Amino acid sequence: MSGTYLGMPAFPAAAHEAVRDRTLRGNLRHATHTIRAKRAKAVAEVSDWAALREAGRQIKDHTLRHLDRYLVQLEESVTAAGGVVHWAADADEANRIVAELVRATGESEVVKVKSMATQEIGLNEALEAEGIRAYETDLAELIVQLGKDRPSHILVPAIHRNRGEIRDIFRSEMAEWGRPAPEGLTDTPAELAEAARLHLREKFLRAKVGISGANFMVAETGTLVVVESEGNGRMCVTLPETLISVVGIEKIVPTWRDLEVFLQTLPRSSTAERMNPYTSTWTGTTDEDGPNTFHLVLLDNGRTDTLADQVGRQALRCIRCSACLNVCPVYERAGGHAYGSVYPGPIGAILSPQLRGTQSEIDASLPYASSLCGACYEVCPVAIDIPEVLVHLRERVVQGGPVTRGGNKVVLRPAKGHAAERAAMRASRWAFGHPGVLRTGQRLASRSRRFLPRTLPGPGRAWSASRDLPQVPAEPFRDWWQRTRGGKDGGDGK
Amino acid sequence: MNSREQILGRVRRALTDVPKDDTAYEQAVSRDYLREHGERTVEETVDLLAENLADYRAIVHRTDAAALPSVLAGLLAARGARTVLVPPGLPSHWLTGVEQVPDRAESTPHELDGVDSVVTGCAVAIAETGTIVLDGAPDQGRRRITLVPDHHICVVRVPDQVVSSVPQALERLDPARPLTWISGPSATSDIELDRVEGVHGPRTLEVVLVSGE
Repeated sequence: MSGTYLGMPAFPAAAHEAVRDRTLRGNLRHATHTIRAKRAKAVAEVSDWAALREAGRQIKDHTLRHLDRYLVQLEESVTAAGGVVHWAADADEANRIVAELVRATGESEVVKVKSMATQEIGLNEALEAEGIRAYETDLAELIVQLGKDRPSHILVPAIHRNRGEIRDIFRSEMAEWGRPAPEGLTDTPAELAEAARLHLREKFLRAKVGISGANFMVAETGTLVVVESEGNGRMCVTLPETLISVVGIEKIVPTWRDLEVFLQTLPRSSTAERMNPYTSTWTGTTDEDGPNTFHLVLLDNGRTDTLADQVGRQALRCIRCSACLNVCPVYERAGGHAYGSVYPGPIGAILSPQLRGTQSEIDASLPYASSLCGACYEVCPVAIDIPEVLVHLRERVVQGGPVTRGGNKVVLRPAKGHAAERAAMRASRWAFGHPGVLRTGQRLASRSRRFLPRTLPGPGRAWSASRDLPQVPAEPFRDWWQRTRGGKDGGDGK
Repeated sequence: MNSREQILGRVRRALTDVPKDDTAYEQAVSRDYLREHGERTVEETVDLLAENLADYRAIVHRTDAAALPSVLAGLLAARGARTVLVPPGLPSHWLTGVEQVPDRAESTPHELDGVDSVVTGCAVAIAETGTIVLDGAPDQGRRRITLVPDHHICVVRVPDQVVSSVPQALERLDPARPLTWISGPSATSDIELDRVEGVHGPRTLEVVLVSGE
């Protein structure tokens, strides 16, 4: 997986900077709290939410357990419907395939639907290097693209920008990309949206090639599904002559009927709506309605490696709703950029280190970008146990062990910088295995508790800088129990 | 080895822990969620559709077959629409006194952009979510005609075309056709999560619920 932001510091450093940015924190707090409250209301409207969530989990789990079969079935049904299927093992191959397909049309510009997969592989930059300009057409992606910025949220990528910042970006950058911003543009959202409409409409109406991702692919019928709000998705998948969709191999559902689960849970989890304004489905090509050429690029890029991990593979159930971001206390304060990936927040903290491996400093730090409060698991519409995977990945980072990288089994060495943690874990294991040692240690701690420091010395200082050390009781529990039998012997517990 | 074989090989190696006699699809998913939410009469379902459409800023009108042509003429006149895109299978008696632009494969997007309004039927409407679904049938036309003009009037035959829920809608739809699900007009919440109607699709969606057609 490419797409590690170059020169990105590890999560703690990036987050440290972000939490000091008061504008950013204000924008994020407003946004996440608004959407969080709305979502709870939208979910409460459906009395069978728990059953829908469980069905969603089961459908995705079943699909992943038989992914080879469903991939082959999907390929057959897309081909039968008039589409062409390509397979891409990694980001470079996917980018090469797309660039060649665009070049074959003789075009040098494309319009794009917002897509996590194409961001993940850095498609826009790869096309740029081939002399092809890719226009993002989702309003938030446009803001990010014009601002030479990076997305910071899965669903609302420009969530870190407020209206004043957006107006400034439109005023200074739109002219370079096409139709300039209208004279006297103010910062009201309606005017900003109108400016984007005019700017992008020019591009839609002349576009010959559209590029999209997909929210779902139906193996049984070869149908692709794109869920959106603005209509830019519809523009890109129906107006051009050629449509190229780049989709992760995990996006399959077996049957048409399975959509009844996800078309109920996805909108409510993501934008907190009963239904998003527009959903488009297409099956191959249709005579005289929409593109006459359709290419599907199936993307691996670390997904099969993730599938090989029996604990971590559940991350592939993700339907990219972003509910976990909006409830996460860490995301709320650190912001999306700190995660150093197109997948921020709790899901990013388990997805990025699995797709990319944990070799880089940022990826090794991501499993720690969490307080393990469990709110992300609670809201997840496909019940991904994010805390479980976080702990699993922490263990992998600290202790190393067998993993699959690039389809090959390798043994990961323990990460550097966790020596103290490993030593502490070894010491505690030894102490718990030797009751006498444990008892002596506890007594010693109790008797000397008035002299214990408030902060840790040496390498532990960073840890205690933001935490209170636990209070040591006046008497170890075991001693108290032996003395009083839990209070039964008339002891007062003192 | 090509990438297809490589990826499928990796998937199979990744799944060596999955037993060969793993549960079949039919048994793997428990469908004990509801087919629809709550019990309603047919009339109440139509009312719920109207309510949810309006909640997402679609403008809802109710009429009967006899009055439909005058209702449509009135809506177009109120907008000052001079030209109207018309799918080939739209009942000809629905529209009177307005310049009709037929839906043709040769029309360029720029030509469509110059048309004021579009009138279509629909395939099915979902009450619980306030959604209309178009499937490209002759009374709905190509997908783009309901996308490029700024004003869309959609006629829903009630109660025949109304279902309660998403599961009931999917049962009625043919996946081989290109489908467009529409819930209210185009909208964005990308700027400080303030909802703004009309970014790229039609900024005005009017739904006419017609009985006895």
